[in-house]
Amino acid sequence: MTTSDHKAKGDAPDKAPKGREGSSFGIIVSFFLIGFGLSMAVGWIAFPKLLYSEKQQPFDFNHAIHMDLVDEGCESCHLFREDGTYAGVPTLDQCSGCHEDAQSDSPDEEIFVNEYVANQQEVPWLIYSKQPDCVFFSHAVHVKTAEMECAECHGDIGTSESLKVYRENRITGYSQDIWGANIAGLKKNTWDRMKMDDCGSCHLERMGSKGPCFQCHK
Amino acid sequence: MKIDRRSFLALGIGAAAGTAFTPLPWKLTDDLSIWTQNWPWTPVPEDGDAYYDHSVCTLCPGGCGILVRKINDRIVKIEGMPSHPVNRGGICALGISGPQLLYGPDRVIAPMKRSGARGEGKWTTLSWDDAIAEVLDRLKKLEADNKTEHLACICDTDRGTVPQLFKRMLSLFGSPNFMTTPSMYDSYEAVLKKMHGRKDTLDIGFDFENTDFILSFGSGVIEGWGSPVRMIMANSAWKTKKAKQIQIEQRLSNTAASSNGLFAVKPGTEADLALGLACVIMEEELYDKAFTGAYSTGFPEFRNMVTKNYNPDVVAEKTGIERHLIIELARHFASAGTSSLAICGRGKGQTAGSMMEFMAVHSLNALVGKINTPGGVWSVEHPDYIPWAKEMNVRAAIAGKKRIDEAGSPVYPDSLSLLNRLPSKILESKESPIEMLFVSNANPAYTLAGTDKVIEALGKIPFIVSFSSYMDETADQADLILPNHIYLERYQDVPVRGGLARPVIGLTRPVVEPQYDTMHSGDVVLKLAKGLGGQVGEGFPWDDYKDCLEKTMADRWKELEETGFWTDEAYQPKPWAGAFGGTYGKFAFSDTILPLPDLEGDVKDYPLILIPKESMRISSSHIGDTPFTVKTVPDTELKGKTLVIEINPRTGKEQGLADGKDAVLKTPLGQVRVKVSFFEGIMPGLMAMPKGLGHTAYGKYLKGKGASYNALVGPMEDPVSGQDISWGIRARISRV
Repeated sequence: MTTSDHKAKGDAPDKAPKGREGSSFGIIVSFFLIGFGLSMAVGWIAFPKLLYSEKQQPFDFNHAIHMDLVDEGCESCHLFREDGTYAGVPTLDQCSGCHEDAQSDSPDEEIFVNEYVANQQEVPWLIYSKQPDCVFFSHAVHVKTAEMECAECHGDIGTSESLKVYRENRITGYSQDIWGANIAGLKKNTWDRMKMDDCGSCHLERMGSKGPCFQCHK
Repeated sequence: MKIDRRSFLALGIGAAAGTAFTPLPWKLTDDLSIWTQNWPWTPVPEDGDAYYDHSVCTLCPGGCGILVRKINDRIVKIEGMPSHPVNRGGICALGISGPQLLYGPDRVIAPMKRSGARGEGKWTTLSWDDAIAEVLDRLKKLEADNKTEHLACICDTDRGTVPQLFKRMLSLFGSPNFMTTPSMYDSYEAVLKKMHGRKDTLDIGFDFENTDFILSFGSGVIEGWGSPVRMIMANSAWKTKKAKQIQIEQRLSNTAASSNGLFAVKPGTEADLALGLACVIMEEELYDKAFTGAYSTGFPEFRNMVTKNYNPDVVAEKTGIERHLIIELARHFASAGTSSLAICGRGKGQTAGSMMEFMAVHSLNALVGKINTPGGVWSVEHPDYIPWAKEMNVRAAIAGKKRIDEAGSPVYPDSLSLLNRLPSKILESKESPIEMLFVSNANPAYTLAGTDKVIEALGKIPFIVSFSSYMDETADQADLILPNHIYLERYQDVPVRGGLARPVIGLTRPVVEPQYDTMHSGDVVLKLAKGLGGQVGEGFPWDDYKDCLEKTMADRWKELEETGFWTDEAYQPKPWAGAFGGTYGKFAFSDTILPLPDLEGDVKDYPLILIPKESMRISSSHIGDTPFTVKTVPDTELKGKTLVIEINPRTGKEQGLADGKDAVLKTPLGQVRVKVSFFEGIMPGLMAMPKGLGHTAYGKYLKGKGASYNALVGPMEDPVSGQDISWGIRARISRV
């Protein structure tokens, strides 16, 4: 049936169809909004929860206590080897110098001494800042040459009294700290994210260029 | 109100639109891309503690010290050793790719016996005991048949304990036929014998670090000549202190491009130019009168011969260099700053040169008094640390026996080895005069000129034993392969013969455990000698090779083990008064015009000349290129798998060629399909071909890429030294 047909027969077709069309449009819009809203909820709320699994460190560690006991700040334990390479997380050998026996009644230290020091087994720490193998990064260049503070990338971990929960990305296997806690990738502090763009923006700001690909991807 | 199909469509569109406003698609894409990097089959280097171990590189005669970076037990990187007197921290592309030779696919991983025809590549593995027993059986048969001199051995050099152990075994067994891979050092040593009059072999040394003017007769100063890393560093230092370097060459090589002037002489007239320069220096009285007067003999005769035959007009005609340029160059050379020196040995110096040319160039140095002086050319005394190499009873065992190559005979008295003469000697006999051949650290089936003839000659030898760590062309022709540990897996002393201005001995150390079922060639020789027993067995009193090395090194061992090298820091060459031997104890100028062989090929059939083009990116010695260095070869040398020939555009057009197009290159020895690259930097009438490609052995990274220079060029025997001085061949090229 065409409009011209209605006119020809002298019907009053305008009212009733208009009402039908209006309600139909409303339903469509509602469904659109429902879909929109649901997917927003999934994307912003459910997805981040599903994406990360929570893992506990082998035992808790108090950085603040240790910082009070050492003279050279972070580098006292997170040291540079003689050849300039960065040693990363302290090894059992470094820790057991003091922790051959428990120094306190902390249950975490008890776990360390009884399960790891006694068995000469390295602690399988989950590393928040672990980057993929295809990235070359020199701590020496950043800390020694450029004189950057550790906290600039890692945050003020030195004053923390306990380790935060390790959130592991179920797809990549890396820590949530690389992408950052904000699922949209927004950051307030320099240490909120550790993606390539974050390296790039800092290099651009301080060195005038993001640098060539092979500078990090050797 | 009706919910219909459109409602659900709207729900879907809404969901899609909503999703686009969430981080989900972007985050998911990022995560998925990272996930693909972590697939379990993606190779990831092992993590662990990093540490360094020191050793010495043996991939060329340069003798660089290396620091090997390891993660746990795996080598991950090779760097130059900063404290080493040769390379001072520098390293070349081949040197850094050593780990690919260690872990790469071209290793011979166990003793192997040929089970098909020669070159067919069919092998069966056998135990070391069986392999050594088989060699022993054959040696004993030669001994029983009184044919001990039918055993021959080819090594890369005669320096160091391993080649000397081979030589000792041969000598005590009764064979004088120990031969070495030819190089420019053979020519230099012959020159030192002739002109310095010394009976013992001296090393040629160049005090490049203290010179102000370098006149290079075709030497690839920054392309692998001498000790390559040292030369590149010396070249940089020349630039800083504004020393002058003049290159005499037919094409604009990298060395020529970095020099202060290029003299493109007609090929083969280098000796004429050297004597032309000598003529100017003498006529203008620019020579060192103290040296020529009191410390040389034959100078007046030399002067007469040169002024008569090599005046600048004649030389200009011969060389194509204008008269005034010859005069200017001679004046510069004779008056440059405090010191100047002239060098020769073409390209990387991997072939010998004519005695005429080498003596002419050395005479130039002598004329300006730059023999054994700061910034000049030195005769460097051997460290002479292998006392057992000179034992009289060993020499007596081969007394009266003639070498097959006639080196050291009255015909070629100044040559120690003439491996280039071996193929023709074998081919001209009905039955091969060599019945058993050992090949260690050498690949004559690839590196000797005239490959077809060499392989034909090897084919006539009944039993060939290769000690190669890699499946190279000679191993491919062998009957038995007894693979050596590679340099990163073994101990060995490395006396450096790279034109250094002081003696240096390096020590390769086993920085990793042997990766395969290989054995140190030194130990194999000891086992063979002990198995032979009698005089041979008694000549090898050591428990094993390491015992031999430690005892031989004696006082030097501790220093070598700790630092990786021994050197005489304060070494100074002998002053003129005691430097020379001979009847008068003086430097001997020669007034003989020595004959030069003609270039092979008829001018009518082959109007052009083919010369080699040598580069640091292509290893042209017995060690093949690594996968990494092959990748560095530019497409002006290798395009896909096709070799690229360099030709002057004018000559190219005359031959009907087009730049970048295919052509057929033909020499009297063979032909090959190539691509043409027009290059203004090469003399008209010449073609340059990269040397070191076209392997028929090794694995997929090297085999079948480009064409082999040595397959197209035959040997040219120097009538005086007997050495192969081949520097090119007549050729023609036509489009396809």
